[in-house]
Amino acid sequence: MRLSYPSNVKIIQVPCSGRVDILHLLRAIEDGADGVYVAGCLEGECHYISGNLKAKKRVQYVKNVLEELDMEPGRVEMFNLSSGEGPKFTQFAKEMVERIKTLGPSPVNS
Amino acid sequence: MIVADRKPLKEILEMLDGCNRVLIVGCKGCVSVCNVGGSKEVGILASILKIAGKKNGLDIEVDEKTLERQCDPEYVDQIKDVVADYDVILSMACGVGPQFLSERYPENRCLPAVNTTFLGGAVQHGIWEERCAGCGTCGIHHFGGLCPIARCSKSLLNGPCGGSADGKCEISKDVDCIWDMIVKKAMEQGRLDDLLKFKPAKNWSTARDGGPRKSVREELVQ
Repeated sequence: MRLSYPSNVKIIQVPCSGRVDILHLLRAIEDGADGVYVAGCLEGECHYISGNLKAKKRVQYVKNVLEELDMEPGRVEMFNLSSGEGPKFTQFAKEMVERIKTLGPSPVNS
Repeated sequence: MIVADRKPLKEILEMLDGCNRVLIVGCKGCVSVCNVGGSKEVGILASILKIAGKKNGLDIEVDEKTLERQCDPEYVDQIKDVVADYDVILSMACGVGPQFLSERYPENRCLPAVNTTFLGGAVQHGIWEERCAGCGTCGIHHFGGLCPIARCSKSLLNGPCGGSADGKCEISKDVDCIWDMIVKKAMEQGRLDDLLKFKPAKNWSTARDGGPRKSVREELVQ
């Protein structure tokens, strides 16, 4: 399966989306990322029981923070897909890149 | 433990208006346990302030330090060599922290980053409930180990009011009627008569009614 996704998406691998912390998401924004998203397993299918649900809550926390700072909460997102869904991975990547292009550059960089 | 919540970011940012060098000071005591002012939360707030600064085109320098406790002078002393470098010290401890910092460093502006809410415990991960009102004369032994002062919306000491229905308080379906629990527990233990025993009026002078409180333990005073 040779699928391409936008080259401006930088992937950081973690053993489980539950490893993604609030600080990881915030530091990405702080360091100038226009958007950051977490691609976790489908809900109910986490190998570590609830890692993706924890990630979802952390993503929501950061969305709330961005809202409090008058920034678009859509710059942070959580996507769920199984490891066998390559086409969906590229679809989410394209979807996120499109969203960020609509939102424009992060005000952190202005 | 003392439970707290982080203040809304807008309030924190308003307090910091015009400050370029900020030292966020966390506390490894109660506020660490209730996940609001420990080293991790200090890091999160620092990152948020840096994002806010960059967004608003401000050159804000934010540093982090988490003390063992902010309610003991020897730990508060540990930042004495660096406080002069900052415009403001933002304490993430309970209300005691910013006051101890203000008293120790009178030249500095010391501000609170959290709202101290109550004395309580974690009923499950992420959920805390009030358990103690700190009234200074504990009487929970009269009520089967449950405190009607902290947990009854009216702090009634003589039984439930008319707002008790199906074990819940009239103020919210999420609030248990503590008097319902006290009576049920007494019935289960066969101690219902204990609740009928005469008790003299509570001495409220040991609570806030008696003014700011102080505790002196002569055997420890040096």
